[in-house]
Amino acid sequence: MSAIAMTDIGETRRIAARRRDRLISVGSPIGLLVAWELAAQLHFIDVRFFPAPSSIVRALVITAETGELLDNLAISLERLVFGFLLGGVPALVLGIVMGISRPIRAFVDPLISATYPIPKSSILPLILLIFGLGEMSKVVMVAIGVFYPIAINATAGVLQINKVYLDVGKSFKAGRWETFRTIALPGALPFIMTGVKLGAGLGLILIAIAEMVGAKSGIGYMIWSAWETFSVERMYVGLFVIAIIGFVMTLGLNELERWLIPWKAET
Amino acid sequence: MAHPVEGGNLTRGGAAVKIRIRNLHKHFGGLNAIEDVSIDIAEGTFFVIVGPSGCGKTTLLRILGGLEQVTAGTVDLAASARGRPQFSMVFQGDSIFPWMTVWDNAAYGLKMRGAPRAEIDATVGQWLERTGLTRFAKLYPHQLSGGMRQRVSLARAFANDPEILLMDEPFSALDEQNKTILQQELLRIWEADKKTVVFITHSVDEAVTLGDRIMVMTASPGRTKTLLDVPFERPRNVLELRHDPRYGEIVYGIWGQLKDEVERARV
Repeated sequence: MSAIAMTDIGETRRIAARRRDRLISVGSPIGLLVAWELAAQLHFIDVRFFPAPSSIVRALVITAETGELLDNLAISLERLVFGFLLGGVPALVLGIVMGISRPIRAFVDPLISATYPIPKSSILPLILLIFGLGEMSKVVMVAIGVFYPIAINATAGVLQINKVYLDVGKSFKAGRWETFRTIALPGALPFIMTGVKLGAGLGLILIAIAEMVGAKSGIGYMIWSAWETFSVERMYVGLFVIAIIGFVMTLGLNELERWLIPWKAET
Repeated sequence: MAHPVEGGNLTRGGAAVKIRIRNLHKHFGGLNAIEDVSIDIAEGTFFVIVGPSGCGKTTLLRILGGLEQVTAGTVDLAASARGRPQFSMVFQGDSIFPWMTVWDNAAYGLKMRGAPRAEIDATVGQWLERTGLTRFAKLYPHQLSGGMRQRVSLARAFANDPEILLMDEPFSALDEQNKTILQQELLRIWEADKKTVVFITHSVDEAVTLGDRIMVMTASPGRTKTLLDVPFERPRNVLELRHDPRYGEIVYGIWGQLKDEVERARV
């Protein structure tokens, strides 16, 4: 009885702590916005550079009503999704294969190590040259950003799998495909998800940069054109929207992780 | 009384030889792990190999399970009946897949050999029942105790319905109470259809409790020191066995054989 009561208290405490953490996490950005609003209203900060949040919201409503915001948001999201698939799927396969096969790892690893440190934004001109100003260049930029963290993490994920699991597969006569499907992929999945999260962040950075330089649409373009007309509020609208995309993406990926990796002990 | 058996090729009651090992040598680089081991293991025998740590007993089992190659000599496992696998292995420590539920872990062997869905359902259900895991079928390994996880490991090997079971110190990581309980359960499920078993252990008590025949191995390089028969009838009761005056005698006799080897291994 007492043992049950004890665990109940532990459980209640953990739930209370989690609720408190969530309140703090919601509270901190709201607190910042309130402080910002006050500072702007009282002219502690230069509103030409830091317009009050309320005026940014006004600009947001206007851009939303004209359809400008949603059109740009939709095209950016579309590029993100296609880029993610174009870069992520091959990265996943190559990363796992590198983890399984020593010769392939020996062959590909130096190529990845040599090209990984190149800032992805610095190859944008080359990508524009090759793929032109159309959709493909933006999708490719996202794909390149997503590719590295997923491939590198997938390889690391396979390499850290306890060898005994591979022995088990071998002793139960699992073939190549079965070993991939039942051991390498699920065993590496926690690492792969970390790679996916990193890749998502990089993809967002790169799509914004690519759209500023080489596009006539998208959130990045919206920010750039706002700068050109010096409409600072619209610029902030773009920044806010990118922040929100990033936030929602993180939440979604955390949910995905919980669903894909149900065996991970709860923390 | 323990009856040391002369030579290595006597079989009990004229049963067919299931495993034949001839002049087996295994070197790892310069290290001589196994030297000139020759044994016949009769069908339906619970064969236990006991020896000091590092004597090559696990290596011997891994050779039987196809996870290591011989340096010299031959290992023959009798051909299995149609559709049944030759052997299944139970590994030391945690070897069940953390990313599969208890049910999926137990079904692994059957799935890998492409058994029909209905057969998998029936067989796995039956083995979970026999190992007392039915209630835990949907749980993941991290939600189970060490003893429970080792039961899943047994269920996975037995459900595959092999002709030979290869077990590598399956209970060595368990506490004394769990070990006793699992030894009894192993005997109970094994005695139902008496598959040929090769069981590795460093525990003399475990060897005498479980085995029909015991091979004592020398310290590195591993050789056959003694082969002896255990006279206890089946079915056995793990606890009552310890009351039998012969039990202490046999354990004492094996310890006498093993003592020199353990000391040699420490030098």
